[in-house]
Amino acid sequence: MTDIISSGALLDVEALSLSVAATGTEVVRGVSFAVAPGEIVGIVGESGSGKTLAVRSIMALQPPAIRRTAGTIRFEGRDLVDLSPRELRNLRGGRIGMVFQEPMTSLNPSMTIGRQLEEGLAVHQRTLSADGRRALVLDMLRRVGIADPDRALAAYPHQFSGGMRQRIMLASVMLLQPALLIADEPTTALDAVVQRDVLELMVGLTRAHGTAVLMISHDLSMVARYTDRIIVMRKGEIVEQGRSDELLRAPQHPYTRALLSAMPRRLPARPIPPAATPIIEVRDLVVEYGGRRGLFRKEQGKRALHGLSLSIMPREVVALVGGSGSGKTTLGRAIAGLLPSSGGTIRYAGRPIGAGGPGWADYRRNCQMVFQDPYSSLDPRMTIGALVGEALRTVPAMGRGEKADRVAEVLSEVGLAGPFADRYPHELSGGQRQRVAIARAVVRRPAFVIADEPVSALDVTVRAQVLELFADLQARHGFSCLFISHDLGVVEQIADRVVVMQDGRIVEQGDRDTVFDHPSHAYTRRLLSAIPALAPTGEGGVRLKWRFDDVSPEPVPS
Amino acid sequence: MLHFVFKRIAMAVPTLLIMAVTVFVLIRLIPGDPAALMLGDLATPASLADLHERLGLDRSLPVQFGIWFGNMLHGDLGTSITSNQPVLPLVLDRFWISARVVLIAVLLASLFAVPAGMIAAWRQNTATDLFLVGTATLLYSIPTFWLGLLLLLFLGLQLNWLPVVGYVSFSEDPGAALLYIVMPVMTLFLHEMGVLIRMSRASTLEVLRLDYITHARAKGLSESAVLWRHAFKNAFGPTWTLIGLVLGNLLGGIAVVETVFTIPGLGRLLVDAIFARDYPVIQGCLLFVAFVYVAVNLVVDLLYPLFDPRVTAE
Amino acid sequence: MKRLSLNVVIGGAIIGTVVVGAVLGAVWTPYDPLKIDFVGRLAPPGATHWLGTDEFGRDVLSRLMAAAATSTLISLSTVVAAGLLGTAVGLVSGYVRGWTDRILMAFNDALLAFPAILLALGLLTVAGANSYGIIVALGLAYTPSVARIVRGTVLSLREREFVEASRVMGNSELYTVLRHILPNCVGPMIVLATSMFGWVLLAESALSFLGLGVPPPAPTWGNMLAASRPFIAQAVWLAIFPGFCISLTLLGINLLGDALRDRLDPRMRGAS
Repeated sequence: MTDIISSGALLDVEALSLSVAATGTEVVRGVSFAVAPGEIVGIVGESGSGKTLAVRSIMALQPPAIRRTAGTIRFEGRDLVDLSPRELRNLRGGRIGMVFQEPMTSLNPSMTIGRQLEEGLAVHQRTLSADGRRALVLDMLRRVGIADPDRALAAYPHQFSGGMRQRIMLASVMLLQPALLIADEPTTALDAVVQRDVLELMVGLTRAHGTAVLMISHDLSMVARYTDRIIVMRKGEIVEQGRSDELLRAPQHPYTRALLSAMPRRLPARPIPPAATPIIEVRDLVVEYGGRRGLFRKEQGKRALHGLSLSIMPREVVALVGGSGSGKTTLGRAIAGLLPSSGGTIRYAGRPIGAGGPGWADYRRNCQMVFQDPYSSLDPRMTIGALVGEALRTVPAMGRGEKADRVAEVLSEVGLAGPFADRYPHELSGGQRQRVAIARAVVRRPAFVIADEPVSALDVTVRAQVLELFADLQARHGFSCLFISHDLGVVEQIADRVVVMQDGRIVEQGDRDTVFDHPSHAYTRRLLSAIPALAPTGEGGVRLKWRFDDVSPEPVPS
Repeated sequence: MLHFVFKRIAMAVPTLLIMAVTVFVLIRLIPGDPAALMLGDLATPASLADLHERLGLDRSLPVQFGIWFGNMLHGDLGTSITSNQPVLPLVLDRFWISARVVLIAVLLASLFAVPAGMIAAWRQNTATDLFLVGTATLLYSIPTFWLGLLLLLFLGLQLNWLPVVGYVSFSEDPGAALLYIVMPVMTLFLHEMGVLIRMSRASTLEVLRLDYITHARAKGLSESAVLWRHAFKNAFGPTWTLIGLVLGNLLGGIAVVETVFTIPGLGRLLVDAIFARDYPVIQGCLLFVAFVYVAVNLVVDLLYPLFDPRVTAE
Repeated sequence: MKRLSLNVVIGGAIIGTVVVGAVLGAVWTPYDPLKIDFVGRLAPPGATHWLGTDEFGRDVLSRLMAAAATSTLISLSTVVAAGLLGTAVGLVSGYVRGWTDRILMAFNDALLAFPAILLALGLLTVAGANSYGIIVALGLAYTPSVARIVRGTVLSLREREFVEASRVMGNSELYTVLRHILPNCVGPMIVLATSMFGWVLLAESALSFLGLGVPPPAPTWGNMLAASRPFIAQAVWLAIFPGFCISLTLLGINLLGDALRDRLDPRMRGAS
């Protein structure tokens, strides 16, 4: 290990400020922090906090539109500014490694894995022979859990899943044995189940090499679990930093407190008045994908749902959870009538429904949907008022005046009263757009709403507000809800009953407390091990309790 | 991989079929007796009756198409009315002449334009970039026939450096042939430079925005290694496709350049045939160029996986 | 409104000039473009005839302006025709999918497989070489390109959640297409129309140059250029001005088109 001069810090950032070159707007202001050798530090913040820009500037990798206007960055005692371009290139990869967020785009799609991994070695360890490089690469691939490293060398990135690609990225970076690893939202784009595996791998590798870690995330609970210290950023500034356990137990700054209280937590179970018939009843539903009748042959379709059965009672919130590929989105869309089914029945209020059949119009009026992406679920060319009012278009019983009144009423219910009705979607924030989507879904006072990941794309604090709004509306108007989510934390807060899916099948269902406290299926346990139970401390913070920590990661598929 | 090759070739077949049908229908749309049209002024009652028989004009349209198509597959594209020669050899002869000019021009243009576009993207918004983009847009906006005329005017007439009119084939006199070919090639070269620089720059800009470029820098690679080793292959794909389209389009649009420089190429053959109402030749040219265009694009598609391996995974 | 880019300024200025010239050329020119005057033939640019006269003594400036009007009219008609037909095909194909889409696109791609000029030449032999023939031939030749692009836009719009939302609301398919998909196609269609105007203008000039376009004595820039060839040594201005007009107009269109693409496309991708 190299000698560390002065304070002993590996990385020392002092009063760093960054601005947009063209306009002079500051995006990062007066940021100061340090990372000691071998330490794991997390930076937490919501979008716009400047965390990514600040961290990228450590290696002078910020986008060309952003310039450093003040402050110093010292790595191993040397000021970055003093480095020649060659020394900077030596630093990159050789002393500081970086892992990015999107595994789909951080590997070159037209270069083999082997070449990309060996490239770094070729630059930083010139004394190695080609065979020596190859041996190191194979060894590292094995250590990150790639089952057949020899075959992987000649393969291309698109042949691997997201989780595998992230492991390959880690291999690529750790091959060079850097002193510091910067991880920019390394697991955000991954499935909940895979996230934990990749993180454990990252922590294991860095601990073994004595590499310090600077990890960025918006997920406070994940950061709290793996880091020694936490830095909280907001709107370009650091609002608080300290040891992880202390920060969580007794946060000082109001923003930190707001972040902690925004983390979803369990509320007491609500009593649901019993009803005779379920509002929605699904029996043996089968949905198939992609059978193509080509010119020369007929391709067999893939089964997305294997004969599912599920009931939703009036006034209750049923959560549908599972990883990607579990089929939960497919089920939601099938119930909404957006996908045709190949078998089974769906009943609404006791009557079977089918597209175009009797009762279809009634079902359409009473079943509404809230979509995930606030940026693409609203027609960019319509005003908010028009968007919400459009849902009333096919309601015969209401006159124009009544419709206008209802639209105004529902907009104020979601907190967007007054001038908002004349604005366009691109003038609103993500959270506000989701409120519009919710308003649009409930304006007809439907009996049943399907919410497909309605808060997943939102920042943590905004998420809490929208979730609260949704729960409030549901309690007030009494509609049943099918709440689809991959985030069990959110589910814990809002659901009355929970249905767990995997690979197109239901593996477990029951009321919330039972499923969360006494899960019967191994997959449910794995999902639950990724989210903590929250218990408030007396000092304004929370204590995190991790569940089922004994659950070992699944073997990595090849 | 083999599956990908077969699939692409199979996709070309219905295209070619429909194109053949289109040409057939087009010619048949011309009012008048098809046999009379095909024979023109040389028609005699006997030859008319004979052609009627051979083309099966008293039978149903699909059968006529079948006969016509069958003839085509045997290489029999009819006989030119104006020159009384069989169409296919005539078309082929002229095709080689046109193809030479087009290929040399496009090859040279690609060689220079692709790196130029990449450098412009690399140095985006600097003086180099603005110069390259400005020049490219200018060249792209000037029609080839005017550009050719201007070159003719200055290099040929004013400065007397190059011969103005005519064409000499390579087999007769390579030296002279080269001289005759310089200006037409230059015309096309300049125009295609404009087209290709713009495309190369645009696709490189797209690629440079992506994460794996930043990742390559984060590994400590030099800027030029990042550009040539990582960006190039991925940025080249769209330009490669465009080259295929350009080659095909030039085969269609080369008539104007051949007119300016009086080159006896395929374009000129088609235009002359239209004036002379030489329908067999018109038909032959249309079919031949269409076929070459499809073949060229097929080759371009088949080589595409070299630049983007994801394509074969579909 | 943000600072206008250089592209828009220069492109706009050029197109503005051309439009003025074209409009004027339709109603008034300094001299009658068809008036023959053998005495004053082949006069170089001067005081009476600003841009000189051609081999028949006709005023070049007047002919250029009349040509502007003709070419613009023909190109506009062609763009509208190809635009309407291509949009209809692309819309149906992209939204309905299934066998309708496959068959339509098979024909479309086969037509696309012909180089446009070639197809236009072929169609001209049937339609006849005059103004209407050109509009028909070029219009049909460019329809497949429009159909392809509109279909692509519709395909990507179809997957956007606001289209699904419309269906969930109970709106009919027709309503969804007209109210949600079509208006959001406008952006790419404007960019396409601008580019197409350039292609068509160039094609029309090329066809006129070859003698297959608007028949003389009516002037278009293309046939003026063709007619200048025998006199190129003595009356160089006859070759310079028409070509210059074509190039300038195309330059203006390309600059505007680039600027439009920058403005309209990013927003189509839903960038916030």
